[in-house]
Amino acid sequence: MGSIELQQVRKSFGSVNIIKGVDLQIKDGEFVVFVGPSGCGKSTLLRLIAGLEDVTGGKIVIDGKDATERGPAQRGLAMVFQSYALYPHMSVRNNIAFPLKMAKASKEVIDAKVARAAGTLNLTDYLDRRPGQLSGGQRQRVAIGRAIVREPSAFLFDEPLSNLDAALRVQMRLEIGELHKTLKTTMIYVTHDQVEAMTMADKIVVLDLGAIAQVGAPLDLYNRPDNLFVAKFIGSPTMNIVKGPSADKRGADCVGIRPEHTDISTTAGEWPGTVRIAEHLGSETFVYVDVDGIGPFTVRVDGEAPLHASDRVFLTPRESRLHRFNAAGARIAA
Amino acid sequence: MATRQTMTAGRILVAPSVILLFAFMLAPLVRTLYFSTLHYNLLDGSVPQFLGFQNYVDFLSDPNFIDSLVNTLILVLSVLVISVGGGIFVALLMDQQVVGLNILRLMVIAPFFVMPTVSALVWKNLLMNPESGFFLWITRSLHLPAPIWFTNWPMLSVIFIVSWEWLPFASLILLTSLQSLDLEQQEAAVLDGAGAIPYFFYIVLPHMARAITVVILIETIFLLGVFAEILVTTNGGPGDATTNITFLVYKQALLDFDVGGASAGGIVAVVIANIAAIFLMRIVGKNLEA
Ligand SMILES: Nc1ncnc2c1ncn2[C@@H]1O[C@H](COP(=O)(O)OP(=O)(O)O)[C@@H](O)[C@H]1O
Ligand SMILES: [Mg+2]
Repeated sequence: MGSIELQQVRKSFGSVNIIKGVDLQIKDGEFVVFVGPSGCGKSTLLRLIAGLEDVTGGKIVIDGKDATERGPAQRGLAMVFQSYALYPHMSVRNNIAFPLKMAKASKEVIDAKVARAAGTLNLTDYLDRRPGQLSGGQRQRVAIGRAIVREPSAFLFDEPLSNLDAALRVQMRLEIGELHKTLKTTMIYVTHDQVEAMTMADKIVVLDLGAIAQVGAPLDLYNRPDNLFVAKFIGSPTMNIVKGPSADKRGADCVGIRPEHTDISTTAGEWPGTVRIAEHLGSETFVYVDVDGIGPFTVRVDGEAPLHASDRVFLTPRESRLHRFNAAGARIAA
Repeated sequence: MATRQTMTAGRILVAPSVILLFAFMLAPLVRTLYFSTLHYNLLDGSVPQFLGFQNYVDFLSDPNFIDSLVNTLILVLSVLVISVGGGIFVALLMDQQVVGLNILRLMVIAPFFVMPTVSALVWKNLLMNPESGFFLWITRSLHLPAPIWFTNWPMLSVIFIVSWEWLPFASLILLTSLQSLDLEQQEAAVLDGAGAIPYFFYIVLPHMARAITVVILIETIFLLGVFAEILVTTNGGPGDATTNITFLVYKQALLDFDVGGASAGGIVAVVIANIAAIFLMRIVGKNLEA
């Protein structure tokens, strides 16, 4: 069991409002990712759920019961910290066993659970080492092991991969994904990296300045961003935003079109411009264009495109992929 | 950083201090060793005479020696226990968020800056004075029998004074260590269900082990040589109740004017200090590695 519900959760540090009334429903077994720029309150929201911070207002309901006043250990949640927060003077075995020892489990139970967790996480050969003797990826796995043995109703991860190098990050991302498939336990995962969010999540919660900008499945956010913030935050390279006559013509304050949904031609099109740089990656080409009267614009072309700096080009958005936004930045329904 | 070049440079750079250290340490040591083999008493006016190891035999077989060795151990161990135990407690208290913390810290550290003779005098004349001391006032107010501290409990009194001097040092070092404990580790322990007491024993104490080791090592070195506090308060007495090795050597050299015997005693003290140091390094020094 691991359903979590936030009702109008607010948090201020002194007079500064950091979390401004968050309502959210997380179903049992879901993989939810909180994503947003640095400082938008992702960690704070996660810590509120964990009970490491007291809410200023609102309610946190876990498995149908109000947990707002419960202490962190009583909420049945396990957290994996960005710094791993392993106990440096304990062996890997004792690190993983620590929550069980605190719960006064018997020695047989502890040994069996530690062995199983170590097996799942490929740590069996390292059980007698200290954390200081492990690589970053292994430390990460120990931290996950320490969380697993508690059999929590939900796992909370706070940017768990940000201290790892790029290759290891991809590998750990897959491992955490597989872990979720095996355990089928609710996971809440915080990251500022929208690629991690898109690849891992069942449901993404985009946060902007302490408020939810949009909640939805990864492709929903990609295809139907509710507002300009989400439109610009999700997708890489970011969506192009066009104001002025082209937007007016379509009855919007501004329109957004993704680089991969723009056609580029050397003969005719809606927006004429000059190529600044063309990045040829083989599988795809990114073309950075200065559009006359609009400004910088990114286009993604599949495969190799015979374009070079200072070529004159014409861009045309695919009308069905165009996003329209009003002056307040909200999506205008089609 | 361990290329041959940097090592040579390092040796040259430390050479002056090593040479100075040796000169200032070795010269007196050699001279003491030399005196310790002589019959050399300033009172009988005789010409110093070579005795071999007789002074050592006399010193070690003197019943006062064993007594003072025991006194030394009692003093050192008691003060270590009180200052480290109390230091952990004070450090835990000072790590809390309370108003007036800065002033509190200053007050806790203050005794360390008072020189030993002065603090011993303060204790002797203001606190433990059998006619007008503060402790007397306390016991009287509680209608308890009033002890004459330096007569009834001489060793305990000295232990109190020396512990009071060293408690701030221990507290300060341990507080620094406590404050370097990672906050996320603390939160992880809370989430793992560790209450205050398991948290202290499983997380805090192991984290402080290294600092505790440093405190024990440094304090032991100084505590083996406690002298001023004894001289000012009990003068080694009553009887030999508070005579430690240092004080015994002092008695021989400056009360009995037996330079040879005192030198032998001094060398014995040096050997004891070194044995203690090796012993400590063996037991607790491994905490300093890694
Ligand atoms: N304990 C605190 N006291 C005061 N301000 C805090 C505290 N913790 C976080 N903040 C502020 O809250 C904001 C959000 O922080 P955080 O949740 O860590 O952001 P992120 O989304 O990067 O994880 C930041 O502006 C930060 O300065
Ligand atoms: Mg954060």
